[in-house]
Amino acid sequence: MMIILSKASLENVYAAFVLANGARMEGIEAEMFFTFFGLEALHNKKLEHLHVATVGNPAMHLPTMIGGLPGMEALATTMMKKEMEKLDMPGVREFLDILKASGVRLWACKLAMEMFHYTKEDMYEDLDGVLTVGDFYKQGSGIGTHMLFI
Amino acid sequence: MEKMIAQKNILVNEEGYLTNFAQWDKEVGEEIAKENNISLTPKHWEVINYIQDEFKKDSPLSIRKIGKSGVVDIKEFYALFPVGPLKTATKIAGVPKPASCI
Repeated sequence: MMIILSKASLENVYAAFVLANGARMEGIEAEMFFTFFGLEALHNKKLEHLHVATVGNPAMHLPTMIGGLPGMEALATTMMKKEMEKLDMPGVREFLDILKASGVRLWACKLAMEMFHYTKEDMYEDLDGVLTVGDFYKQGSGIGTHMLFI
Repeated sequence: MEKMIAQKNILVNEEGYLTNFAQWDKEVGEEIAKENNISLTPKHWEVINYIQDEFKKDSPLSIRKIGKSGVVDIKEFYALFPVGPLKTATKIAGVPKPASCI
């Protein structure tokens, strides 16, 4: 299972992490490719500060104008994190540690790294490498590989 | 349904998990391990004992919890039970498959 994460709102990051970890729990190989805003989930200074999106998300049942008020994202994020803690969900850094320990390989997208002026040193220390899109396709060329874009 | 495991008739579900923990003993565990291509070492048994203790306490299992158990870390857990560790280890331990997503 190859999971591409292109967003860093907390709900998307957790969806990708749960899917990657769930694959390993079932004995399925899993790798993750972080691109565009998804890179924030690997960025050492940002990964602990990801937010839930409160604007442009009708399922929040919050009027867009209210969702856009200062502090709303932080409030929604705190509430979501509390709920997740109740379910024994790890934080983003601990989740990355769990993924690595479970054998998930983590790759960052070269083009997006350059676009955001990130270096490998800015990123989570157990990152497996920085890949071009071509390298990533090669990585996923095995028979039976599934790709998932989040 | 019933399945012959270690010369005993054992009640299992369609996935092969014991439905009555009282029927479990070490030979049963060893035979299930063999079916899953695992030969049990003392370290495996430590993990199995931990899983059974948690089951008796009615406390739900997850990969994160195993990692914090102090018995094994997650990397070791995957090394001991390489294919689906939580699923395999609970099957060998004779306890139900954990309904955990993490």
